[in-house]
Amino acid sequence: MLEFRDVDTFYGELHVLKAVNYKIEQGEIVCLLGGNACGKSTTMKTVLGVVQPKRGAVVLEGEDISRLSTAERVRRGIAPVPEARRLFPRMTVYENLMMGAYTRKDKAAIAEDLERVYELFPRVKERLAQSAGTLSGGEQQMVAMGRALMARPRLLCMDEPSMGLSPAYVEQVFEIIQEINRQGTTIFVVEQNANMALSIAHRGYVLQTGEVMLHGTASELLGNEWLQKVYLGQAEATPAPR
Amino acid sequence: MTFSDVLLQQVINGVSLGAMYALLALGFTMVYGIIELINFTHFSVFMVGSFIAMAVLLAVGLSGQSVILTGLPLVAVLLLALVVTMLATGTLGVVIERTALRPLRNVPGTAAMITTIGLAYILTNLVLLLVGAQQENYPNPLPNLTWHLGGATVHLREVLVWVVAAVLMLGLQLFVHHTKLGKAMQATAQDAEAARMMGVDVDRVVLTAFFLGSALAGAAGLIFGLYYNVVDFQIGYTAGLRAFTAAVLGGIGNIPGAMLGGLLIGLIESVGGQLIAVRWTDVIIFSILVLVLVFRPTGLLGRSLAQRS
Repeated sequence: MLEFRDVDTFYGELHVLKAVNYKIEQGEIVCLLGGNACGKSTTMKTVLGVVQPKRGAVVLEGEDISRLSTAERVRRGIAPVPEARRLFPRMTVYENLMMGAYTRKDKAAIAEDLERVYELFPRVKERLAQSAGTLSGGEQQMVAMGRALMARPRLLCMDEPSMGLSPAYVEQVFEIIQEINRQGTTIFVVEQNANMALSIAHRGYVLQTGEVMLHGTASELLGNEWLQKVYLGQAEATPAPR
Repeated sequence: MTFSDVLLQQVINGVSLGAMYALLALGFTMVYGIIELINFTHFSVFMVGSFIAMAVLLAVGLSGQSVILTGLPLVAVLLLALVVTMLATGTLGVVIERTALRPLRNVPGTAAMITTIGLAYILTNLVLLLVGAQQENYPNPLPNLTWHLGGATVHLREVLVWVVAAVLMLGLQLFVHHTKLGKAMQATAQDAEAARMMGVDVDRVVLTAFFLGSALAGAAGLIFGLYYNVVDFQIGYTAGLRAFTAAVLGGIGNIPGAMLGGLLIGLIESVGGQLIAVRWTDVIIFSILVLVLVFRPTGLLGRSLAQRS
């Protein structure tokens, strides 16, 4: 469905992604793991066209979309749930949801999708008239996911969906990600919370300083010793110095 | 005339001036709200608008205050001047953005702002070359109709200013809150990158802001001519600076704030001028600008800085 072919991305002089390859198949949940500043968010921005690759290609269903605008990509079925939600804080929840459907003109289908979002997120339905900026972090995450679904995406790109959420909300968010996937949407999710991400993903990639260090099925990655030690927190924690 | 009548009269004048400043302040605030640019060309677009409207009024056969119209012909002539002027200045705004400002959109620092100052000089001097430096007698077809409000007098020109400004501002609010492009404008002002991720064409939103702001400046230019009966190539400077102060006072980037700020500046100008002295008007207005910038830089209706980030 989506492929990165030897993608190099720069911020000015800074080489962020180095000859990166990903392959995401239709119907999968694929997670991208890695520490801070390893290129996870840049990957998301490259998928969406906020950042252009210097070399290599981003390919969606056989079509090179590397030079397409974000709007064109949204029309082709990619929708983002950006890092830190990025809702429009002084617009209502309803207006935020409808911004997700910005590129669409099929009114009847938009109404259907709105119903589907209300079903997935009953809490969101209760808050429709409220300014998005006044919601709690968890509620904002729900609205951000709902907003992305309003684009009727075939590929949903989620950047750190668990960031800043309470454990109860994290669990809820990941359950809903699985539900969305079961309903037929392919999901590419960037996550710091590696355990959580691998528990729902089919496959995963591990990124370190802009390079893919490791990739495989979720169970392979969960069984990988190095990964266990570095990211999954199974190794004994070093006691804090007193 | 008692003192309270005088005061009432100044309130009537102030609301009229304020309505004009508000129309002009909206252009500053819309552009700033979306691309954080103080557009000083706006001053000159307003002045050009006043001359375009004058050309339309002359073209339909008016000259000075000698031809008076009533009823339908009056409405038709004013509407024609208003629509032609707004389309012309709106287009001027679009041309300015597209040719001079868009190439500088991602250039850091003050390059774009300085460019708007340069463009303002170019436009002002073009008008100076074309029409000269003398004050022009503005063609004004309004009959001398008045109404009495207590001891104060309301002229037709004031009613006209109120109606035009109210209709345009209402129209703008409807556009911003009830159309897709209006919502895209709000979204872009609140988070441009997120708006882009929703598929919003941010370039188109910026052009829309320039078109609407410049069109409103054109309307303010017509109002200025009909209100004062004279124009010259320098009117943009004083009125523009006051309108800019209004935008800052209301909270730059905030549309209702620009309307409120405009009204307040108009009232301060007329009532303040009455209570203190007209020659102090600018001192009062620009002292307010300084005080707002020092003590409440986000303005009356502006969001706090913490909320913005």
